[in-house]
Amino acid sequence: MAAKKQEALIDPLFNNNPIALQVLGICSALAVTTKLQTALVMCVAVVAVLTLSNLTISLLRNQIPSSIRIIVQLTVIASLVIITDQILKAFLFETSKQLSVFVGLIITNCIIMGRAEAFAMQNGPLLSILDGLGNGVGYSLILLITAFLRELLGSGKVFGISVLPLINEGGWYNPNGMMLLSPAAFFIIGGLIWVLRIWKPEQVEVDG
Amino acid sequence: MLEHYLSLAVKAIFIENLALTFFLGMCSFLAVSKRVQTAVGLGIAVIFVLTITVPVNYLVQAYLLNEGALTWISPQFATYDLTFLNLLLFIGSIAAMVQLVEMTMEKFFPALHGTLGIFLPLIAVNCAILGGSLFMVERDYDLAESAVYGFSAGVGWFLAIVALASIRERLRYSNVPMGLRGLGMTFVITGLIGIGFLAFGGIQL
Repeated sequence: MAAKKQEALIDPLFNNNPIALQVLGICSALAVTTKLQTALVMCVAVVAVLTLSNLTISLLRNQIPSSIRIIVQLTVIASLVIITDQILKAFLFETSKQLSVFVGLIITNCIIMGRAEAFAMQNGPLLSILDGLGNGVGYSLILLITAFLRELLGSGKVFGISVLPLINEGGWYNPNGMMLLSPAAFFIIGGLIWVLRIWKPEQVEVDG
Repeated sequence: MLEHYLSLAVKAIFIENLALTFFLGMCSFLAVSKRVQTAVGLGIAVIFVLTITVPVNYLVQAYLLNEGALTWISPQFATYDLTFLNLLLFIGSIAAMVQLVEMTMEKFFPALHGTLGIFLPLIAVNCAILGGSLFMVERDYDLAESAVYGFSAGVGWFLAIVALASIRERLRYSNVPMGLRGLGMTFVITGLIGIGFLAFGGIQL
């Protein structure tokens, strides 16, 4: 049992990463990564919603008729996301403005639906919480690495604090403007997947 | 007047492409783009559903959720503001619409249903659909504008997925590094198409 719990928590970090292998939750992953701060808020929101929705659905799993399970799952997730959205608007108004529609889009973030459907419907509450946490952290890992690279190379800052002094402010670093554009996120995540698959060759897709 | 709608459409198709500038609907965008034929099917289904759900959600927003919108039931509801419920109602109306579209299609266009059938349930959880509705609210479109926006946003998404699928079909003949095969390479290609679409950014309408 202990091994199974550990597996539910640790596996999604590298071996079965939601973004790099399961192709889940990419939509929101890319748009919020120009700055570390917005990415971090997004990660916290996703981890919270994912863990709570896994818990709720796992507790309800024996009561949900399978013919209407999608709408029940969506209602649970949507309620949690509305709560998160209201909390963000109340306490972090600036960041919530920058995230714009992407907080709402956590509802259709496939990680949450996917884990609810694939894991929480079959497993007990404790395992489901661990699975939610693990997948949330695996998602956050990719998001934060991407955001770190984009903010550092794109504007020479980390968390809004200048690390590489820019030329137009008297420093030496010439910022790479492309990093702030959306395609850069694709290149970075593509590269991360490449690195991950060199490290773990069993994830390589043979037929491409 | 026509000019206004035309510029709205061009903006939604090219300049603010849902898939390539906002990354919406990426999960199915990357997963269902292995072959052109299936990509075309999914793309048409997305156009279809977006064209219907954006105006419907406009009506939901304007007559149920906005502050004072409920006065048509009774004047004493004038101070109620239910906008915080929009996510819940939007996703509900999208799921209902998708179901409705599927049933209508099955009854009246069985051939079309045969091709698109498997994609329709997938679309209920496609973020491009919900995203379209949320952008409609954020930008204060009226009914006609939201219909035009829904349709052209769908066309933009369709073009993007067909372009990606065509490239991936050709990719079979090239020698991609082992670790980059499949998903990794798809990301890089999507990024490159995205750069191409950036060229539309300078257009003033």
